[in-house]
Amino acid sequence: MEIDPFIFRLSIFILSIFIGYYVVWSVTPSLHTPLMSVTNAISSVIIVGAIVAGLSSNSESIFDPSTLFGFLAIFLAAINIFGGFLVTQRMLQMYKKKKKK
Amino acid sequence: MSANLSAVFYLTSGVLFILALRGLSSPETSRKGNFFGILGMIIAITVTFLSIGNFSSNFVYVLIFLLIGGLIGAFIAYKIPMTAMPELVAGFHSLVGLAAVFVAVSAFLNPEAFNLGSPGNIKLGSLIEMSIGAGVGAITFSGSIIAFLKLKGIMSGSPITFKGQHYLNLLLGISIIVLIFYLCKTQSDSFFWKMIAISFLLGLLLIIPIGGADMPVVISMLNSYSGWAAAGIGFTLENTALIITGALVGSSGAILSYIMCKGMNRSFFNVILGGFGVTTQTISVKGKEQKPVKNGNAEDAAFLMKNASSVIIVPGYGMAVAQAQHALREMVDVLKKNDIKVSYAIHPVAGRMPGHMNVLLAEANVPYDEVFELDEINSDFANADVAYVIGANDVTNPVAKTDPQSPIYGMPILDVEKCKSILFVKRSLSPGYAGIDNDLFYRDNTLMLFADAKKMTEEIIKSLN
Repeated sequence: MEIDPFIFRLSIFILSIFIGYYVVWSVTPSLHTPLMSVTNAISSVIIVGAIVAGLSSNSESIFDPSTLFGFLAIFLAAINIFGGFLVTQRMLQMYKKKKKK
Repeated sequence: MSANLSAVFYLTSGVLFILALRGLSSPETSRKGNFFGILGMIIAITVTFLSIGNFSSNFVYVLIFLLIGGLIGAFIAYKIPMTAMPELVAGFHSLVGLAAVFVAVSAFLNPEAFNLGSPGNIKLGSLIEMSIGAGVGAITFSGSIIAFLKLKGIMSGSPITFKGQHYLNLLLGISIIVLIFYLCKTQSDSFFWKMIAISFLLGLLLIIPIGGADMPVVISMLNSYSGWAAAGIGFTLENTALIITGALVGSSGAILSYIMCKGMNRSFFNVILGGFGVTTQTISVKGKEQKPVKNGNAEDAAFLMKNASSVIIVPGYGMAVAQAQHALREMVDVLKKNDIKVSYAIHPVAGRMPGHMNVLLAEANVPYDEVFELDEINSDFANADVAYVIGANDVTNPVAKTDPQSPIYGMPILDVEKCKSILFVKRSLSPGYAGIDNDLFYRDNTLMLFADAKKMTEEIIKSLN
């Protein structure tokens, strides 16, 4: 009997929820804001779907609606990726300076 | 690139994202974590380009949009003041949500590109997955926009409620499910568009009844939603990196929501159903406003602090609004020079998002080992000489312990009232966001300093010198 690939993905999904659960509980409360901005940045990995949509149009025109939505999604996700990682970096840099002995 | 190889790379970037979050367990490892996150993202994007391998003319456009978006994002990241972080995060959530909708729409219009079948004949599983991605994405988008407007002050922070609100939301929620059902049955695109439209509407309606002080919960919740939307799209695209990330972000946001709700001793549903401390409370406030308070000035405050041996600072949202964090740190420097022990006490829901106060203090170069969470510091108030409450209100209100009638009853509070003297910086006697009067204002050992938080702190510095 063959297992549907969906079940594999579901397994990954469920296990990741548990990993997320334990990893996030160990995040120190003072870094909760950077946590939110970095989760923002990584959830924009959705850009991979947008790139597929933007690249693999079957029509020649770039104004094919499917392609156009792909481009827009790339644009939005890119704002998030760069903005999210950089602003996290900026915040974490501030926590660095204050290492006090 | 073969499908198996790219799957391995996607898995790698998923693991790197886990390490990115893991790094945040301490400030020392956090920067390395962020680097892992960036690396994971670079791998995911590169692999996507390589696995398509079809560098048609569209490739240029993809790069252009990537670049423009990246530049805008980088610009925002460098320009944004730390006090505006809650708005920024809400804004970013809305973008993730909208991007999820767009990707789902794109996959719906051109399913061949994603190997999901053909238009009008999309695989059932994929159809459900993309509907979930699009629906949750749409709710995230419109909800985050409302949260953004409220945080930015463009929209009033007070809850907007009307009769039958919850039933309307329930009805919309059910109709989304019904529409997805019919979409799967008929493959007709009109159901898809209607489902997305109703999800946008539901997002708006879910957030408008939630008041300003509950924003930490809302932001965390939308954080969680953006993760589930990403996971839904991840299933559609059969992409491991996206599934892992979606699950991580989804559970991260859920945990933060839980922590925030616990910080207010309210159930999640209580917050979501909204309408915190409306009308009924304002009446009791009017009656109490006549009570005498002790009104002090900067010199009095400086005198009290100079004669103290330990001072605890309690920052709140007002500090963020007044941008008083730098002045505050200068004041603390002066106190420390006089051998006064100073620590900071942060309530879990201080500010407008989780960790809001910590970031502001970090910006002002306050060492993070002087900043304490509620559980760590609460017993110290009884031994402290002075509490300097700057911009916090509800989180210090002893009513939470004494009055079962109060809407904040049971909420864990900072035991500021146990201090020998309390300095309360506030612009007026108006109640906090919960709309409740604070008993502390009328205590004998409380000195009210009516002024802008930053100005008052600066004046105290002058008087201290």
